[in-house]
Amino acid sequence: MEPMSVTVLLFASYADALGASSLRVDLPVDATVADVLARLRARPGAERLPPSPLVAVNQRYATAASLVRPGDEVAVIPPVAGG
Amino acid sequence: MTPVTRLTRDPIDPLALLRSVTGSRHGAALLFLGIVRNVNDGRAVSGIEYSAYEAMAARELAAIAEEAEQRFRAAQVAIAHRLGELGLEDASVGIAVAHAHRGVAYDASRWIIEELKQRVPIWKREHYVDGSREWVDPSGHPAVPVATGEAP
Repeated sequence: MEPMSVTVLLFASYADALGASSLRVDLPVDATVADVLARLRARPGAERLPPSPLVAVNQRYATAASLVRPGDEVAVIPPVAGG
Repeated sequence: MTPVTRLTRDPIDPLALLRSVTGSRHGAALLFLGIVRNVNDGRAVSGIEYSAYEAMAARELAAIAEEAEQRFRAAQVAIAHRLGELGLEDASVGIAVAHAHRGVAYDASRWIIEELKQRVPIWKREHYVDGSREWVDPSGHPAVPVATGEAP
């Protein structure tokens, strides 16, 4: 049993790839965005994600090394196409 | 004044957007509209479906407007972006800028649309005349790589 969980939001083409728009991911303490992505990659369809997708933590752009905390909202963000 | 930004499922009213920024101290007022076009990469387009990470998109739109008002001193800015199903010739985005002088207004308007396209988590799925649909990836790769290991 991992000690914490975060919500991972998926959008647009990434939601299609993984077949979900929201997932719970269990993680060890001091986990990073890279750890979240590693957990995602174990899921079917994740091979369609690029090697380094954009990620936001609590609605702010983050890096692979950014720490995640219990209850954080982690979003994996496809290439944006507004306008 | 605090800039006005919004995501909306209703049609954008261009004149209302423009009027929201004009004032007697402004000698120039500009309105930019992004329009759903009938062709992209040689494929005949019948419409576009816009979706967003709404909470973050609203935050990013507001941040861009505030940054624009600081960067282009004393500009007044309003931004509206559509979500949902749009048809040809519908306005997907409207940007209104007013400033004392036209040069700054043009610069601010251009800066805002380029920032919006880089930062705001909005996606579009084009619907083609042949019945197919595809998510649009304007870059081919992420605009802000996350694998660099740098702190945010």
